[in-house]
Amino acid sequence: MKPGTTSSACIALLRRDLLLVWRRRGDALNPLLFAIIVVALFPLALGPETTVLARIAAGTIFVAVLLAMLLSLDALFRSDLEDGSLEQLVVSPHPLALLIGCKIFIHWLTTALPLIVIAPLLAQLLQLPSQVLPVLMIALALATPLLSLIGAVCVALTVGMRRSGMLLTLLVLPLIVPALIFGAGACNAAQDGFAYSAPLLWLAAWLVLSIIIAPLAAAAALKISLS
Amino acid sequence: MNPLVLWFHKLGSPPYFYSFAGRWIPWLYGIALVAAAFGFYGALFTAPADYQQGDSFRIMYVHVPCAWMGLFAYLFMAVNGFIALVWRIKLSETLAMASAPIGAAFTFITLVTGSLWGKPTWGTWWTWDARLTSELVLLFLYFGVIGLYHAIEDRRQAARAAAFLALIGVVNLPIVHYSVIWWNTLHQGQTVSLIGPSKIAPSMLWPLLTLAIATHMYFFASLFARARVALLELESGKEWVRALLPVTETSHD
Repeated sequence: MKPGTTSSACIALLRRDLLLVWRRRGDALNPLLFAIIVVALFPLALGPETTVLARIAAGTIFVAVLLAMLLSLDALFRSDLEDGSLEQLVVSPHPLALLIGCKIFIHWLTTALPLIVIAPLLAQLLQLPSQVLPVLMIALALATPLLSLIGAVCVALTVGMRRSGMLLTLLVLPLIVPALIFGAGACNAAQDGFAYSAPLLWLAAWLVLSIIIAPLAAAAALKISLS
Repeated sequence: MNPLVLWFHKLGSPPYFYSFAGRWIPWLYGIALVAAAFGFYGALFTAPADYQQGDSFRIMYVHVPCAWMGLFAYLFMAVNGFIALVWRIKLSETLAMASAPIGAAFTFITLVTGSLWGKPTWGTWWTWDARLTSELVLLFLYFGVIGLYHAIEDRRQAARAAAFLALIGVVNLPIVHYSVIWWNTLHQGQTVSLIGPSKIAPSMLWPLLTLAIATHMYFFASLFARARVALLELESGKEWVRALLPVTETSHD
């Protein structure tokens, strides 16, 4: 049997993953609910004072979004490992890094994009000043793909473990600290009326680097875990 | 073959390394002990008190060598991890994983002594400045490597996966090192440098360097001891281990 072209393999993989998410679209909403609940807990704990909430709004939303994505990362390769399709990806004649890149893209599309879409709602819950909202959206748009990419490398290392949740948190969180610092830092700078483009540019530069390296690293890690 | 290259190749063999490390461990511990005794004598008695910080600066003699070792152990782990991933050398896997707990311990000591030093000089136990934060991230990276290594059943696969994670974490090393230059931090800048003159009085410098030698020697002694045990475990079915250990279970048949 002649193998198809690489682009057709990617399209097939993208369609399959999207279809799988669509068939279980209730599960896809879980990260959103988690983020909303986490954000809602802060006013309950700190009191509803507007100035306090506005001060911590950007950072809180950032942390909530990162945690919500982290929870969903665990399942990135799980079903594929269980039904054996992950091995098929590894032994397929197409570059594994590209296929993994497609999977990471779907992960970002189905978990991070909805979170970015509801970010204005979260911002309203925490009384974020309206001029900071665009900066927050841009920072999230740059930081969430970073988390998907770096997280995928760590998931690839822990794939096949039964209880990988806590360990995955331990592996991923130190590596995404810079994304959090720069992302939330840009929002805080915007809130204080300072220039905020430098941290955003750093995030963008790091994202470009990760888009190139992370799929390759994830593919290498996957080969180690499945060997 | 060049004798040095030949020796290096031989060192990759577990039985050769086992006996080599066994010979060196007492010497390394001995040098570490003597250097530490000299260094602490210099640090506590001959070095003058700082004009600004008084005697509290003397905790530097524990803090700084441990901080260097925290970075050194990580670099050592990453280099060995790279060798293990590229050339699949068993000894490098063992060395990389043996250096992780030692490096984590040194990093932990650095954070604790830094915190004790920060209280009298900065007036706070902890501050979220760039050097402290990146050092904390370093500690978490160590924990991640150790955690991943122990979470996977197969020892060799575990070592390769953890070595890969260690390689990813290397990006943090320059951040730790240059954090005092890149950001305007509360932590003081670099005073001792390998290249160019150091900004520290010679009477204060020599105990520091002696203690740095002591920590390096301790690192290698501890590393060798850990690697020996790990090799015995890894190679427990092999002939050389059986020849080495006293045979008890086969005596009755």
